[in-house]
Amino acid sequence: MSLAADGAAHRASDRLQGEGRSLRLTALTKEFATFTAVRSLDLEIPAGTFFALLGPSGCGKTTTLRMVAGLDTPTSGTIHLGADEITYEKPYRRPVNTVFQNYALFPHLDIHENVAFGLRRRKVKDVDKQVQEMLALVELEAQARKKPPQMSGGQQQRVALARALINRPEVLLLDEPLGALDLKLRRGMQIELKRIQTEVGLTFVHVTHDQEEAMTMADTIAVMNSGVIEQMGSPAELYENPRTTFVANFLGQSNLIAGAVSSTDGDVVRVDMHGTQVSILADRAHVRSGDGWVGIRPEKVLVEPLGEPLDAPGNHLTGGVITDVSFVGVSTQYLVMMPWGQELMSFEQNTGRRPVLATGTKVDVSWRPEFAFLLPASQDVNAGVVEES
Amino acid sequence: MRRGRFTGYWLMLPAGLWLALFFVIPFYSLLATSLFDPEGSVLTGYDVDYHFANFVDALQQFWEPLVRSLWYAAVATAICLVLGYVLAYAIALKAGKWRTLLLVLVIAPFFTSFLVRTLSWKLILADDGFVVDTLQFLQLLGDDGRLLATPVAVIAGLVYNFLPFMVLPLYASLEKIDGRLIEAAGDLYASPTRGFLKVTLPLSKPGVVAGTLLTFIPAAGDYINAALLGSPNQRMVGNVIQNLFTSTGDYAAAGALSVILMAIIVAMVMVYIRTAGTEELV
Repeated sequence: MSLAADGAAHRASDRLQGEGRSLRLTALTKEFATFTAVRSLDLEIPAGTFFALLGPSGCGKTTTLRMVAGLDTPTSGTIHLGADEITYEKPYRRPVNTVFQNYALFPHLDIHENVAFGLRRRKVKDVDKQVQEMLALVELEAQARKKPPQMSGGQQQRVALARALINRPEVLLLDEPLGALDLKLRRGMQIELKRIQTEVGLTFVHVTHDQEEAMTMADTIAVMNSGVIEQMGSPAELYENPRTTFVANFLGQSNLIAGAVSSTDGDVVRVDMHGTQVSILADRAHVRSGDGWVGIRPEKVLVEPLGEPLDAPGNHLTGGVITDVSFVGVSTQYLVMMPWGQELMSFEQNTGRRPVLATGTKVDVSWRPEFAFLLPASQDVNAGVVEES
Repeated sequence: MRRGRFTGYWLMLPAGLWLALFFVIPFYSLLATSLFDPEGSVLTGYDVDYHFANFVDALQQFWEPLVRSLWYAAVATAICLVLGYVLAYAIALKAGKWRTLLLVLVIAPFFTSFLVRTLSWKLILADDGFVVDTLQFLQLLGDDGRLLATPVAVIAGLVYNFLPFMVLPLYASLEKIDGRLIEAAGDLYASPTRGFLKVTLPLSKPGVVAGTLLTFIPAAGDYINAALLGSPNQRMVGNVIQNLFTSTGDYAAAGALSVILMAIIVAMVMVYIRTAGTEELV
């Protein structure tokens, strides 16, 4: 990028900086003829955060977004921006802009006019200068006079972003904006989007079904399922300490092993897991008595051939047999059949410390107690499992 | 197998023959007729003697119905555009499950002959018909006012007969518009009216261009409406040509007038297409 363009981009991001207000959804509900898309949703999104609504298709995340944009009307509940209620405000009167899933760029207008559209409707002055600065921010100054169909998917995505951002919305809504891009481009755009958000400091609400995308970009993630929020928190919080089997399975992968609480001792909950006593920290135990699912992330599960010293002292299980080995370069993924007939997943970094283990090797399995979590047995163990496709 | 150098031309043969048979030969015949010696008659026979003065004579004698035809066609096209746009918009974007039924209803008049339908308008607009009675009762028409044999009746007939040719292309282009673009306009501070003017209308332009051409061209050459609903004061160029061919037997003048009409329409269409832009049409 040239220095001049760099300057223009900075002016664009300076111009966008502003005092935002937090977005608050209260008991928001949307019923359609045959089903309830969003069920009494309560949510507060602080100004300036990158917020992700994550969930499988049909979970209500896009409907939620459309209600914030004003494209769908809630059945009940309210939407507030700061102190102002905007529940029934017309979409063109809301200080909210959307980056649509398929970009929805106007095919009859060139890039410059697409980006200028919102400013022209509001009769803003020096539109051309602002558009140029905004195009510099998304590095498309040279393409200003092209029509959208002449551009690549990634470029169209940036135009859609510029077209929404230039209006300095208090909240920018992104509806699966990277869904149509191929994997490599998507990774690049994720970093780009996060950079722009940090630069301009606006509130971004990002709807996606891609958990990796949500974790890469968002400050806070709300995991949605069947019209309700299952859990909300920072990516690390959700990943390390899921509260439901849905979150445990949908956000990354988890081993969930049936067990029963045997004793609670201050900060530690002891669980009898197929005859082995394992301990779980109290703040990660979401059930204190009776049956539960002991959860452990595959990369926390260590395997060693029988008799070798285990790296992690702690919960220790014997009698495993490796049934499947997938070598994926950076890591190796093992499936270990345990004596009670369940296969556990283990991801191991290929550090070269010892050779990759072969199928049929008898192994011991262990993990550090502080990484495990305990979920209520009443929850479906397969909830949120992402089908391999 | 090596593809022959002339394969492309062979493939063009059916279309070429079709064009030759139904366009080039009749057009050549018409052009020849327009250059007949005007002294010829059915009895003495006709000669092509490149009598270009036929064009000047035809224009001098018949400029009035010619201009009237273009004027009536333009007014009828404008009315068709307004009515047709509203109808096509409603069918394409608001009709929901009634869409197919409404489209069939637009086409339904074609199940009856053009002539019969125009004749029925003669009854509807008749001097003692209910339309004239109602207008007289409302003082919109004088006591001896009438609709038949007025420009209003002829233009109304043109509008009625050519409206479907406006509605169908408009419908086709409105129906193709992605609803998310209209949502995006709303999201970007465009009120429904601004959104329509800045997004829907420009995107329906191919339909507007196709619809106006399909309406204007046949309307300008029409003679049924003027013959049945008008009087000699409303006669259009189509009536003149028909009369010259079938009654007067002045083939040279009829041919010259036909060529003039065709040339004017082609020139107007070319200017129109240039200014309206038709990259989407072709």
